[in-house]
Amino acid sequence: MTQQMDLNQRFEEYIALDQKIEAKDWMPDAYRKTLIRQISQHAHSEIIGMQPEGNWITRAPSLKRKSILLAKVQDEAGHGLYLYSAAETLGISRDEMLDALHTGKAKYSSIFNYPTLTWADMGSIGWLVDGAAIMNQVPLCKCSYGPYARAMVRVCKEESFHQRQGFQIMLNLSQGTSEQKDMAQDALNRWWWPSLMMFGPSDASSKHSKQSMRWKIKRFSNDELRQRFVDMTVPQAELIGLTIPDSDLKWNEETGHYEFGPIDWSEFEQVVAGNGPCNRERIETRVAAHENGAWVRDAAAAYAEKVADRESRQTSAA
Amino acid sequence: MSASKTDWPLWEVFVRSRQGLSHKHVGSLHAADSTMAISNARDVYTRRQEGTSIWVIKAEDITASTPSNKDVLFDPANDKVYRHPTFYDLPDELKNM
Ligand SMILES: [Fe+2]
Ligand SMILES: [Fe+2]
Repeated sequence: MTQQMDLNQRFEEYIALDQKIEAKDWMPDAYRKTLIRQISQHAHSEIIGMQPEGNWITRAPSLKRKSILLAKVQDEAGHGLYLYSAAETLGISRDEMLDALHTGKAKYSSIFNYPTLTWADMGSIGWLVDGAAIMNQVPLCKCSYGPYARAMVRVCKEESFHQRQGFQIMLNLSQGTSEQKDMAQDALNRWWWPSLMMFGPSDASSKHSKQSMRWKIKRFSNDELRQRFVDMTVPQAELIGLTIPDSDLKWNEETGHYEFGPIDWSEFEQVVAGNGPCNRERIETRVAAHENGAWVRDAAAAYAEKVADRESRQTSAA
Repeated sequence: MSASKTDWPLWEVFVRSRQGLSHKHVGSLHAADSTMAISNARDVYTRRQEGTSIWVIKAEDITASTPSNKDVLFDPANDKVYRHPTFYDLPDELKNM
């Protein structure tokens, strides 16, 4: 009992002093559970997030664009893998996490349940979705759990090209023919609000926020980050002559921030509950990829076993 | 989900970022064998020329000190400040030492 108290005290001290918690350190169960939930959800988002963009790889307008999009989608796969590894240090297995994703028990970012209808959606995703992700992820580089923080440093280094390539697509379209400009505006109209929802429910109704901030997993509130995103993005839209689809949007001289209209949280809840436009398709595609890859995993395991077997027989013979 | 129960072992990955530096731990991954671990490590951890050499080692083959051993292992160094050059008070006239 006293030992338990010592351990808890040491944990609290570490948190207070901004020291990292490492995989083998003692930590409260609730801290471990919160991290497993958050990191695995984050990993799932990276993996499912490959689908909306993967949709356009074969139809990219040029070889250069195709190479860029491929590299970006490959990065997202990498992000998923860094994060699954970080989650595994907390004692959950890769299989358990994948099962949770495939059976719908685990969540992933609801933004990836929207369809990608035109090439301009590749621009909007890079610009807005990766932009919002960066806003969320940069503070996570200082998160109190070491393996998660280190994974996020790698992720953030790679993300900045994602946002820039997206913005460049939007820039080029907005300088193009009137059809191309309309296409860019249409994509912005569809992705704007879902991007704002990426920061999660407003602080007043966010379930996990407070405890996560106390544990220094989270450093800023959902609303703070959302505001920063709006402040950063509005001038960027102006720069390329596109209009943010929000008639309430206005600059507040006094606060130095943009005010924006109310978010339709019922839409968010619907998508989180599984009723977004692409929820089923995303999971079906993911499960099919996993099942169709089973023979590869089996063959690789059988081969590894055979080689190990042969090697051990050779050593015993010698 | 799928019937296959072939958990590939976990490998820890170390990358030498450039000639002259030591290998540094960068993360971990799953692979069926060491050859696959190297090629997966190449794809996962060195997409931007982060390395000139990769080590992989099965996570289960690493022996680590435990956090509860920390005091036993590292505290004895606490009272041996004379191991640091700053311990020695020498005349200011002494140059370059
Ligand atoms: Fe990512
Ligand atoms: Fe990204």
